[in-house]
Amino acid sequence: MTLSPAAKAPWRFKAASVLPGFGPAFGFTLLYLSLVVLFPLSVLVWRASGLGFSGLYQVATEPRVAAGLSTTFTISFAAAVIDAVFGLIVAWVLTRYEFPGRGLLDAAVDLPFALPTAVAGISLASLYGPNGFFGAPLAALGIKVAFTRLGILVALIFVGLPFIVRTVQPILLELEPELEEAAATLGASRARTIWRVMLPPLAPAVLTGFALAFARAVGEYGSVIFIAGNIAYVSEIAPLLIVVKLEQYDYAGATGIATIMLAISFAALLAINLVQAWSRKRFGHV
Amino acid sequence: MSNAAGNVRSERPATRRALIAVAIGFLALFLLSPLVVVFVEAFAKGFGAFAAVFADSEALAAIGLTLLVAAITVPANVVFGLAAAWAIAKFSFPGKSLLITLIDLPFSVSPVVAGLVYVLVFGAQGLFGDWLVAHDMQIVFAVPGIVLATIFVTFPFVARELIPLMQEQGSVEEEAALTLGASGPRAFLTVTLPNVKWALLYGVLLCNARAMGEFGAVSVVSGHIRGLTNTIPLQVEILYNEYNSVAAFALAALLASLALVTLGLKTLLEWRHGDALKTHGRH
Repeated sequence: MTLSPAAKAPWRFKAASVLPGFGPAFGFTLLYLSLVVLFPLSVLVWRASGLGFSGLYQVATEPRVAAGLSTTFTISFAAAVIDAVFGLIVAWVLTRYEFPGRGLLDAAVDLPFALPTAVAGISLASLYGPNGFFGAPLAALGIKVAFTRLGILVALIFVGLPFIVRTVQPILLELEPELEEAAATLGASRARTIWRVMLPPLAPAVLTGFALAFARAVGEYGSVIFIAGNIAYVSEIAPLLIVVKLEQYDYAGATGIATIMLAISFAALLAINLVQAWSRKRFGHV
Repeated sequence: MSNAAGNVRSERPATRRALIAVAIGFLALFLLSPLVVVFVEAFAKGFGAFAAVFADSEALAAIGLTLLVAAITVPANVVFGLAAAWAIAKFSFPGKSLLITLIDLPFSVSPVVAGLVYVLVFGAQGLFGDWLVAHDMQIVFAVPGIVLATIFVTFPFVARELIPLMQEQGSVEEEAALTLGASGPRAFLTVTLPNVKWALLYGVLLCNARAMGEFGAVSVVSGHIRGLTNTIPLQVEILYNEYNSVAAFALAALLASLALVTLGLKTLLEWRHGDALKTHGRH
């Protein structure tokens, strides 16, 4: 707060209001946010800056870490692509068709948000294990899922699906029926109407959901480690390597991997904001 | 138009059926089967073996610790959520959108990284490590660290339900209450709280489910001391790695039941009080 010598009303941080309690509420918010979130995260950034770019590069190019990072990013990307395709179909079916059990199915989409990751993890590992319900028949076909990268993919598909469905659903509900009717009246086939009239306004929502699913998959730990088997250079994910480094008291290594992961998540979030800004301009909605 | 249903806004019945089949098949395969397996494995050796798991002292200690962590975390985040929403929704000040972004920040941080930052602050080689050792205090690899990490990962749940709703509601009703002579706290208790009660409950449900089920962050700061610093998810991991499948899945079934109850209540809230929640389903 500065004392203004000018005659006009002095500048205030908060606009005038008759409601009380701004000071305590705002002060507590800042204090709690700083203590719990900002301070610990800035310690991470401070430790990472101690490593410098060369230090980070050294951590990232260590063969086992490089393998882990590439496993995490490629499989997260693949899972997000699969989620985008099937999530769009699920959202379409749930919002536009009537069939028995639809409400139940709609509620079930949130299951990955609600089910603790460790529960999903041991369940998927048992399901796709050599003697599991899916694992045994797949093994007979010569396909191994548990303890391979395919297992990581299955777990990340599970984790990411609701992000796509829940971002696409509201936009699908808002699509104006007149547009489809106009396209049909003008002689477009149903397939062409969907492709040229209905999917373009959905694209930003699908992209946003994709980025959210990707960011979540990159950081995912609990649902992956049981089914992955954690074989070095093959099926180790980046978050697991942080745990491994910590167990070896290699704080610098753990900090380095964490910093790279944070940077990628923030890049994904930035991309979401850009997509949404573009979408608001183009379609008038998020 | 050659559309059989005579409706230009829908696909052919055969296409429709195929798409419904794909959606149901995908959800059943990837979402529902893992849930079903939890209960199948938990009861694989009968109800007696299932029930016996809950007589084990380590399992009971894990359940107790999980309840304790949730009992601290949820109220802490409720107080924070109410304070943040009051400041952000009822007043205007610069930097508001930055503050909202910062509140959402923990959602974009990997749970393992959330655990790591507390090790860097409170661990033996951490920032305050020497000081804590000198004063014979332990935060990481003890209960305080577990609580802190859980608060971090559940941080935005309550606030992000309340902020958009209270922004939408504005402050006209509170101003009216003050004009009529109510004190500030009274206006908050009798006007603001009733207006946001369903959204608050919604946030509490999600916060509680995550607090009880968190694995990654807690795993990093727990130290895995049996009977002392193991929450239910950590106990599940230990039992599973010891090939004690029934015990692991019995505890997992407890957590899965909590998830189902949460989902059920959440759906009920959306169904009965959808208008009073306004924004939901975006995580």
